[in-house]
Amino acid sequence: MSPGKGNGERAMVPAAEPRSYYGLPIVKRPAWTQEVPWYFFVGGTSGALASAAMAARWTRQVKLERRARRLALAGAMISPALLISDLGRPARFLNMLRVIRPTSPMSLGSWTLAGFGSALAAAEAADILGLPQAAGGAASLTAGSLGPILSTYTAVLLGDTANPVWRSARHLLPFVFSGSSVAAAGGALCVTTSVHEAKPARLMVVAGTALEQAAFFAMERHLGHLGEPYSEGPAGRLNTWQRTSSLLGAAVALTLGRRSRTAAVAGGILSLGGSAALRLAIYRAGFQSAADPRYVVDGQRSAPSSS
Amino acid sequence: MTASSGRRVTTPLPMWQPGGTRMGFFTDTSICIGCKACEVACKEWNGVPDVDPTWSGNSYDNTLRLGANSWRHVAFVERVRPDGPSNLQWLMSSDVCKHCTRAACLEVCPTGAIFRTEYGTVVVQDDVCNGCGYCVSACPFGVIERRADDGRAFKCTLCYDRLKVGDKPACAKACPTESIQFGPLDELRDRAEGRLAEVKAQAGGDGARLYGADPNDGVGGFGAFFLLLDRPEVYGMPPAPSYRRRDLLTMWGAASIAAGMLLGSVLGAVGRGRP
Repeated sequence: MSPGKGNGERAMVPAAEPRSYYGLPIVKRPAWTQEVPWYFFVGGTSGALASAAMAARWTRQVKLERRARRLALAGAMISPALLISDLGRPARFLNMLRVIRPTSPMSLGSWTLAGFGSALAAAEAADILGLPQAAGGAASLTAGSLGPILSTYTAVLLGDTANPVWRSARHLLPFVFSGSSVAAAGGALCVTTSVHEAKPARLMVVAGTALEQAAFFAMERHLGHLGEPYSEGPAGRLNTWQRTSSLLGAAVALTLGRRSRTAAVAGGILSLGGSAALRLAIYRAGFQSAADPRYVVDGQRSAPSSS
Repeated sequence: MTASSGRRVTTPLPMWQPGGTRMGFFTDTSICIGCKACEVACKEWNGVPDVDPTWSGNSYDNTLRLGANSWRHVAFVERVRPDGPSNLQWLMSSDVCKHCTRAACLEVCPTGAIFRTEYGTVVVQDDVCNGCGYCVSACPFGVIERRADDGRAFKCTLCYDRLKVGDKPACAKACPTESIQFGPLDELRDRAEGRLAEVKAQAGGDGARLYGADPNDGVGGFGAFFLLLDRPEVYGMPPAPSYRRRDLLTMWGAASIAAGMLLGSVLGAVGRGRP
C-alpha cells in the first residue's frame, strides 16, 4: 500500500519496487455520462413496477395495477431517451438492435428494454381501447416477466468490465440492484397511492430496502480496500446519502406511512432518492476506482491467476 | 508467463477462418531506444489526430497513455537501482493494443462494430460504432477510448489496410531497432522464448519476462505481446488481466437469483398487501 494515502497524496517513486507508472491510471475511466446511472435508476424502478402491475392484476387490485403500469410505462419511455443521449453518436441508436450479442449485457439489455417498453405500451393500449382481458393480460405478463431482467441486467453490465470496484463485486451487484429497484418501485407507489391501498407499496419498500442494504453491506465487506471509493470523495458522500435516505424511507413506510398520507409521500420520496443516490454512488465509484492504478494491480495480484 | 521453450504453444484461430494465420506483434522492450518513430509512423499512416503537447515531467514521455488519439505509446521509466551495473536503469517500451485472444471490447460491443479479422486482429468498424462507450470500460488495458469530438471509439487496427496488401504495420516498419517485430504469432512466440533466455543471461536482465505470450493467461494470450524487463505494472500495464466467458455465466447466474428475489418480493408484497 502506498504511504500517504488518505491525505490525497500519492507515493512517488518508491525506489526499490515501483508499483505503477508515474501513478497513471491503467484502465480508462468510464466514458458514460450522468444519464447512465439515472437510467439504471429509472429503468430498474420501471422493471419492478411492471412486476407489481402484473401481480396487482392477478390479485384484482385495479387501481394499484393501473398506477404501477402507468408509472412503469413512463419509466420505459424515459429510459431510451437517457440511453440515446449518452451515445457518442445518438443518430446511430438503432445500431443497438443491429445484432443480438449474447456476450454483451448491453446488447441483451437493449433488446430487453425494447420488448419491455413494447409490452407495456400494448398493455396500456389494451386498457384504453377496452380490448379483451386476454390481450391486456398477455401484455402485462410479458412486461412483468421482463421487468426483473431489466432491473438486474445493468449490474451484469457493470460487472462485465475491467473496472476494479465493479468487476470485483460482480456477483453482489445484481442483488443491490434488484433490492434497490423494489424499494424505489414501492416508493413511487407510496407517493401515488392512497394510504389504505398502499400496503403492498409499503411492503415493497421494506423488503427492497432490506435486500438492497444487506447486499450493499456485503459488497463493501467483500471488496475490502478495493471498496475505498465508497467511503471517499463524491462516491463516499453519495453512499452516505443513499444509506440514510433509504433507511429513513423504510422506517417511515413501516410507521407513520401507514396512517398519514403526507408521511407516506415523504417516505416514498426518501426511498426513491435513496435508490437514485445508490446508482449514482456506484457510478461515481467507478471513476474513483479507475483513477488509481493500485486498485487494478492489487485486485489482480491477489487473484489466483497471476503471471 | 510459464511457457517453457520445450512446450509448443498453439494459437487459437478465429473459428470462421480455418487455415488462416494469426498475425501479431512481439515488442522486445530490451532493445527499445525510445525514439518514438512508432508513434509518429502510426499517426501519419492512420491519420490519427494530434494531441496538444503538454510537458508531463515524466522523463521523455509526453504521450502518457494509449487512447483514441494515441495507438502507440512509448513509456520511459527512469529509476535508481543500487544493485545494478550502473546506478540508473532506464526502461523504454512501446505499448499498443494487445489484440487479445478473448477480447473484452469485442465481446461486449452491442452493435457488432468491433470484429475479429482474418488475421486474428481486433478492429473497430467506424461506420457501425455508435459510441456507446462500453468497450472503454471493458478493456483491461485502458487501450480503446471514445474520441471526444467524434463520439466513436478508436484504437490500433494493427494496420488492417496494410496487412491486406501484404505490408507490415507502420510502427513495425518504422522501428529502427526491430524492437517492434511483426509476423505470424506462433513464430513470434518461439523467437521470444529464445530472446528471453538471452536477455536473462545479460546484466540487468534478471527481471526479464514475457508478457502476454502464454495462451493460458486470463485473456487467452495477446496478439501483441511483450518482453519486459520488470513487472507489467512498472510500465503501466495490468499484471494479470482477465476476461472469461465463465465469469459472465456466473454473473448471469447471480443476476437470475437476484431477479427471482425481486419477483418473489414484489409478488409477496402485492399479494399480502391486498386491502
